[in-house]
Amino acid sequence: MDLTLIDKYFLIEKIGLISAVLAISLLIAMYSTWAERKVAAWIQDRRGPNRAGPFGLLQPLADGGKLFFKEEIIPSTANHFLFVLGPSMAMLTACLTSAVIPWGDVLNFGGYAVSLQIADVNIGVLWIMAVVGMGVYGIMIGGWASNNKFSLLAACRGASQVISYELPMGLALIALFMISGSLSLKDIVEQQRDGLWYVVLQPVGFLIFLICAFAECNRTPFDLPEAENELNGGYHLEYSSMKLGFYLFAEYINMFISSALMATLYFGGYSFPYMDSLGLSPNLVTILGICALFLKTFAFIFFFMWVRWTLPRFRYDQLMKLGWKVLIPLALLNMLITGAVILYRQNGF
Amino acid sequence: MQALTNRAKPVDRRPMTFFEKLYLPAIAKGMGITFKHIFRKKATVNYPEETRPFSPVFRGLHILNRDEEGRERCTACGLCAVACPAEAITMEAAERLPGEEHLYREEKYAARYEINMLRCIFCGFCEEACPKQAIYMTETFAPANYQRKGFIYGKDDLLIPDPKNPITVNK
Repeated sequence: MDLTLIDKYFLIEKIGLISAVLAISLLIAMYSTWAERKVAAWIQDRRGPNRAGPFGLLQPLADGGKLFFKEEIIPSTANHFLFVLGPSMAMLTACLTSAVIPWGDVLNFGGYAVSLQIADVNIGVLWIMAVVGMGVYGIMIGGWASNNKFSLLAACRGASQVISYELPMGLALIALFMISGSLSLKDIVEQQRDGLWYVVLQPVGFLIFLICAFAECNRTPFDLPEAENELNGGYHLEYSSMKLGFYLFAEYINMFISSALMATLYFGGYSFPYMDSLGLSPNLVTILGICALFLKTFAFIFFFMWVRWTLPRFRYDQLMKLGWKVLIPLALLNMLITGAVILYRQNGF
Repeated sequence: MQALTNRAKPVDRRPMTFFEKLYLPAIAKGMGITFKHIFRKKATVNYPEETRPFSPVFRGLHILNRDEEGRERCTACGLCAVACPAEAITMEAAERLPGEEHLYREEKYAARYEINMLRCIFCGFCEEACPKQAIYMTETFAPANYQRKGFIYGKDDLLIPDPKNPITVNK
């Protein structure tokens, strides 16, 4: 394809969108660290960071600045190339997933319509599953390259955990796609805009997806790869400075993206009740829709934190048992029942 | 075996029912508890801005007191040093010279008076032992210093300012 054939405005639009989404994900990940500490403090009857700026709002900047200025240590026995590749992979895959999420409907700039989605690919969810699957390489490579037994152990745990929980996640999504008939996230949101939210039609599927999202993000109660009391910190044990920062940051971006994904798939994404009967101008409705999506996303992020400070960590055999013996059969059953109901509604008996 | 006390509680060791094995109701209950804690009163005191109220008998750092005319009350009798279980107090006595009546109340006074704050256990026995009401414990606490020798408080750290002539205190 000749590159000159691409519309100039199209390029500007997409570059703008990509920068905006990237900046927003980084900003939200940054302030998630602040929110996490605040939520942790509140749940434990404490106050949380309140020294840097009003309400401690400058705390993430102080933390980031500290990480940048820390000495960078690469162990002499580590594989240098892979040691640097690990955190880069973690960060890259964390940022890639946001490409297919529809952040809003269409904005109109004097006749020029801008769709607030970077790429409306018809295999959107497949893309997310693929990138999330790649995310484990960040952990795996980092743990391996550190040349430390604890890091390697954590990396192995992480890899087997992600592989185990991707299965029920995929199975839960299949049941959703049997209803929606489309893998495009935009289509899925548009269907929920008119009809019911898919959480009503797929409560079990949502529950399975939620649990698997916790496991995929390595969040408590599934933070086995970072189990500090048995692994000295986990796969990022040998990392320091901003490389460690990248790993921690990637976790928060992953949390933000999976929250946005859950909001999109099961809670109507950027749609909100009565959005088409308000009689407002389409641009205003779109902006309200973005706010609705972010509200839902923040609610999920809060939920992630809330669970973290409530539940203790699973033991490793319990984690595997839950994944393989409970979630996969449950997801299969959910899929079977969904299929049966769809068939019954199409054909009767 | 007979129980030693009647406080023993029987432990339910029955296998979990299906409802219990679901775990989700228990998790929801636990999350309810943590959510309630978000709105609880915070246990933290914003320390430098707010301080915890002390009880009236709180024993903090010591001061050496003066009488109504601004004269040092301490006569270097050494009873506080004797009473001190941590042996934190040392002193050197000196005789009051003519013309120093406005500085020291009695004929004898403490030329050197030191409390090692690293040894002190803040028991308050010195305060009780003092026959001249010269040493008192305040509500000041948490002293900080860069060196160990900084914790040996001399007269210039302990003596309260002279209400009549504040400059004389700071040497």
